[in-house]
Amino acid sequence: MNAKQTLSLKVNGQSRTFESYPMARLLDVLREEFALTGTKEGCGEGECGACAVIIDGHIVNSCLVPIAQVSNANITTIEGVAQEEQLHQVQQAFIDHGGAQCGICTPGMVLAAVDLLARNPTPNEAEIRNGLAGNLCRCTGYMKIFESVVKAMNR
Amino acid sequence: MRGYVPKYQLITPASLDEALAILADEPGVWKPFAGGTDLMVLLESGNLHHHNYINIWPLTELRQIEVSPQHITLGALTAYTDIQANPILRSEFPMLCQAASETGGLAIQNRGTIGGNIVNASPAADSPPALLAYDAQIELTSRSSSRWIPYQGFHTGYKKMQMGADELLTRIRMSRKTANCYHYYRKVGTRKAQAISKVCLAAVGSTLDQRITDVRIAFGSVAPIVIRCLRTEDALRGKTPGNQTTQLARETLVNEIAPIDDIRSTASYRLRVATNLLADFLEQLQLH
Repeated sequence: MNAKQTLSLKVNGQSRTFESYPMARLLDVLREEFALTGTKEGCGEGECGACAVIIDGHIVNSCLVPIAQVSNANITTIEGVAQEEQLHQVQQAFIDHGGAQCGICTPGMVLAAVDLLARNPTPNEAEIRNGLAGNLCRCTGYMKIFESVVKAMNR
Repeated sequence: MRGYVPKYQLITPASLDEALAILADEPGVWKPFAGGTDLMVLLESGNLHHHNYINIWPLTELRQIEVSPQHITLGALTAYTDIQANPILRSEFPMLCQAASETGGLAIQNRGTIGGNIVNASPAADSPPALLAYDAQIELTSRSSSRWIPYQGFHTGYKKMQMGADELLTRIRMSRKTANCYHYYRKVGTRKAQAISKVCLAAVGSTLDQRITDVRIAFGSVAPIVIRCLRTEDALRGKTPGNQTTQLARETLVNEIAPIDDIRSTASYRLRVATNLLADFLEQLQLH
């Protein structure tokens, strides 16, 4: 048994200091320590993208990140995508165009799309598909999701 | 069931020297932990049997790409995303960029590292076939020494490597002599992204006066290690591409690889696809 460590990081702009085992998954710390349950656990092995978050500007699967590796990092979860009452253009597009069905993949899909548009504001079809390729939707509503991203881009 | 998290130690050294000192002081006690895209999967399934890790991810000195007129040298922590973004790699080593782009999805490519892909030692890894075909060299560093060795021969058996417990894979180097080569990389998996390969071929070749002058062929997922097919290369060198040569290559390859049945595919499918990919490479080489 190892001792818990004191760690600090920033989530959605807010500084947090907490105690954790170094190998604890970022996913579990977000959900259980910070009660940010918008980040979902799908497969738990990096296949599905439901747990995607943005760490220092890079999209990452939080199930594959031990908490010690994000010490002092800046993390954006789905809860940090909207600016107060103002939804992000990607979120609004998902609502308007049926991009969400059961909802489990949605936070990861939205973050993947937000990350894509931040890097490339006018992606072509192949770039959109590539940007979403790490996120699985078991409702298989891929076309609506794809169209939502296209609409978000044109907003 | 997931490994019991409190049992695991993950310490963060301040520098590469400190990491090497920890490895040297207690050989075998500590293992490096980079992007975590393989190790965390083992943790989740309860199969991460080693418990003490050194967090090398923050060591930025291992994330540089250096270019000289002769070589391109990648720090072991170069991520798949970094590989795809590098203009020299894109123009001169396209198979490595393609391998990087076909590994997982973006969230994996942001964390997965070239060094991790090598020392994880999976026979189904995506970048090692490209590295073998490009005749890469790797640098192993310990506190007391540093050595460059050919990547070919590094893997000696399933998950076995020629590497001391105090050594860290620090850099990967490739010679910039690919200008006249035809490059062929093809990963066959269940789907385009997020799939582990059933068969993967990386091959480079060049011809002069319709004869094959240089050829290097490497396969993933058809043997206990990612394999360079030297006998098939020997059989091809000096030959004129065409039906006869392709037939000879197929026959030689069949005796050089040893695919198995497993969760992802069958031995007979892999054998057939491997020989078909080789034939496709030779056809494209002829047209090149």
